Amino acid sequence: MAELEVLDTGPLTTVQDLGRPGRAHLGVGRSGAADRGALRLANRLLANPEGAAALEVTLGGLRVRAHGRLVIALTGAPCPATVTDASGRNRIIGHQSVERLPDGATLWLGVPGQGLRTYVAVRGGLDVPEVLGSRSTDTLAGLGPERPSPGSLLPVGPPPRTHPLVDLAPLPWSAPGRLGELVLEVLPGPRAGWFHPGALRALCAEPYAVTADSDRVGIRLSGPRLERARDGELSSEGMVPGALQVPPSGRPTLFLADHPVTGGYPVIAVVRDRDVDRAAQARPGQRVRFRPSPAMRAASAVRLGPP
Amino acid sequence: MTPDLLRYGEGALLVELGGLAEVIALYDALTGDPPRGVTDIVPAARTVLVRFEPPASHDTVASAVRCACAVRQGGVLPADAPEVTIPVVYDGADLAAVAAHTGLTESEVVAAHTAASWTVAFCGFAPGFGYLVGGDPRLTVPRRAESRVRVPAGSVALADEFSGVYPRESPGGWQLIGRTETVVWDTHADPPALLRPGVRVRFTEATGDERGDAGMSEGARRG
Repeated sequence: MAELEVLDTGPLTTVQDLGRPGRAHLGVGRSGAADRGALRLANRLLANPEGAAALEVTLGGLRVRAHGRLVIALTGAPCPATVTDASGRNRIIGHQSVERLPDGATLWLGVPGQGLRTYVAVRGGLDVPEVLGSRSTDTLAGLGPERPSPGSLLPVGPPPRTHPLVDLAPLPWSAPGRLGELVLEVLPGPRAGWFHPGALRALCAEPYAVTADSDRVGIRLSGPRLERARDGELSSEGMVPGALQVPPSGRPTLFLADHPVTGGYPVIAVVRDRDVDRAAQARPGQRVRFRPSPAMRAASAVRLGPP
Repeated sequence: MTPDLLRYGEGALLVELGGLAEVIALYDALTGDPPRGVTDIVPAARTVLVRFEPPASHDTVASAVRCACAVRQGGVLPADAPEVTIPVVYDGADLAAVAAHTGLTESEVVAAHTAASWTVAFCGFAPGFGYLVGGDPRLTVPRRAESRVRVPAGSVALADEFSGVYPRESPGGWQLIGRTETVVWDTHADPPALLRPGVRVRFTEATGDERGDAGMSEGARRG
């Protein structure tokens, strides 16, 4: 069986698929790739099922060696990528393209120039054992396969019957560069009413900065304080990815893939699904600007009216 | 019950209810007949979160929730709710503090804890951590002023109106009154959690020898 041998992981590399939906009532979150669109794209390029497991590499630094002839694709944060074959020849490989990783060759990923998470998918998918129906590592719950480390041998599944149709996905990088502002559309959250009437406007008025205290669980933001209109404790309630939860500090946390299943602070707004993927590519120090989605500008009520 | 239905981003609806009994009733009705497109139903203390994907929409899920609420007026558990018995050695580090806070003796705390018929209202905090309700109101105690960095797996604890069993070693701020050998979380089991919403729980006092690990093999897990 073909395998991928891990030589180096960089700051953080985990195995991710599309997670484990349907178990939140047991206290088990969905987890899965932080940038789900990037994982899906990599798998589509390789003619894998969209949810095949791949490596999620945070800020580059990954080195892996192929045992067997592999076909791979890199998506997510674009980074320098070099393949060194068994005889020592180097070849720079492309982003979002179908590439060969011959038997004995090593792949090295540098630090991405922009973005945070690069996905390395293998045709056939990573066939590590499933835990509760998924190969994803949930960093908050401590669930999932063992975290890859130097020496890990990751089995690769049999290639699917279908073959790649294109060798390149000419899609632009949708998150901005290092200095640009990342604009994320929001909808009012279920607890928008717990805040001062001007708080939603304040959220969208000035940019926030991604702090270093950010991970797969969420992005802690620094910026304008969001003032609450009512005191008191909120009973813990279900959370979703993209929820902007506001702790007593008044600075929101944007929840990502490994968010807690329930939380006890009010959610003022929710980032739209497609923008959660882009948020997952925001680097510490990057500025984020929230923009009311058209639906929000149309002042659609949070509360659903009578039928 | 007339719930408040709150939009929660593009793919979820938060149903706000009057209390735990209504939460349990709605959760039970929705899981018994899950509306099309619904991926997760997450009960909590006063709310049920319903996550969905197309073709479901806020409107289709909202009408399914309204129907479910109309059908299940009461908060009564189905008669066939599974029941588990959890033997506990009551020697927790906070047992004396709980006794002091409640004004009971330590053995009265144990008697109250074992006499009650508990029900798992919802899970949270960690995989397989069930919030048990229905206990003796005298056992309502605050969380510890400082939470512990490490609470051993199997610790039986109290906080607010709830009781719980720590599924794995983790940090925790609940008052520890005892420990059990019963395995409440096993990723190889199906379902992996013993203490799922709706499961009834009885605690028994175990002596040193019979702290059996009966829980995982009992009918409740299959149920």
